[in-house]
Amino acid sequence: MDLASAKAIGAGIAVIALSGVGVGIGYIFAALVSSVARNPAARERVFGLAILGFALTEAVALYALVIAFIILFV
Amino acid sequence: MAAGGSIDALSQFKLEPVLGLDFTQSNVMMIVAGVLTFGLLWLGMRPRAMVPGRLQSAAEMAYETVLGMCTETIGPEGRAFFPFVFTLFFFILFGNLLGVFPFFFTYTSHIAVTLALTVFVVGLVTVVAIRIHGWHFLSYFVPQGVPGALLPLLVPIEILSYLSRLISLSVRLFANMMAGHVMLEVFGAFVVMLGAAGVIFWIPAGFSLAVNVALIGFELLVATLQAYVFAILTCIYLHDAVHLH
Repeated sequence: MDLASAKAIGAGIAVIALSGVGVGIGYIFAALVSSVARNPAARERVFGLAILGFALTEAVALYALVIAFIILFV
Repeated sequence: MAAGGSIDALSQFKLEPVLGLDFTQSNVMMIVAGVLTFGLLWLGMRPRAMVPGRLQSAAEMAYETVLGMCTETIGPEGRAFFPFVFTLFFFILFGNLLGVFPFFFTYTSHIAVTLALTVFVVGLVTVVAIRIHGWHFLSYFVPQGVPGALLPLLVPIEILSYLSRLISLSVRLFANMMAGHVMLEVFGAFVVMLGAAGVIFWIPAGFSLAVNVALIGFELLVATLQAYVFAILTCIYLHDAVHLH
């Protein structure tokens, strides 16, 4: 196997981590929807927390992306 | 942009000296961000009207949001750290937002910048904790209510997680900004490549142009969100330093 194809395969494997991130973001917004449905008055406060959780989870996706970029380009 | 069939996504982050000086476009953008922040607050607050105009509302809203973030997260002591968090928030916010404009450079897309900010934050948190609690600060690394036999395992983990803030905080901001701009570049290159491939490909080219427009809107969201996340995590770390758990 030459280096270029090995790099492409490695970058593809590196972004498998995104499956976990997808599950995580799904959990966050499922919890947001159910808590707003139970108590619509809490929407303002809970939404900020959900966005914070979303940003922290999304960061994990970006770590995977950065690793893929490092494999591909560096 | 698209050289030899492959997409050169990372060359947009290359630093170039400005006017042949030891001064890059990244530094120029930092000065622009500083001037804009100062301009927003100074011009915004100059009328001191009871019923604020548009600019004054923006300045007051930013002030109140960050002040609320500090006092709610850190507690009453948060007022002392408000100027620091406010400065940090605006420096990152303007850095992120300016990067969305074409031909403008995003200085927060460089790990050197974000790591320097993070080292400053974590250093400040440690100094604050030591000044308030003295050597008692070391108890931060000893979890409470844990059997003594587990401590040799848990204390190194606590120390590691304390130090890993350096990496998580800096890489989060840098990776968000870099990944956003790489995505813009990739879809922009799609438009050029498909447009050059022939008339049949103009429809998918238009589609990726539409994706690019949507991505710029998403970038505006991410830019604000990441500045907010950086500021609120700084507040959370400061809360830990002031209250120890």
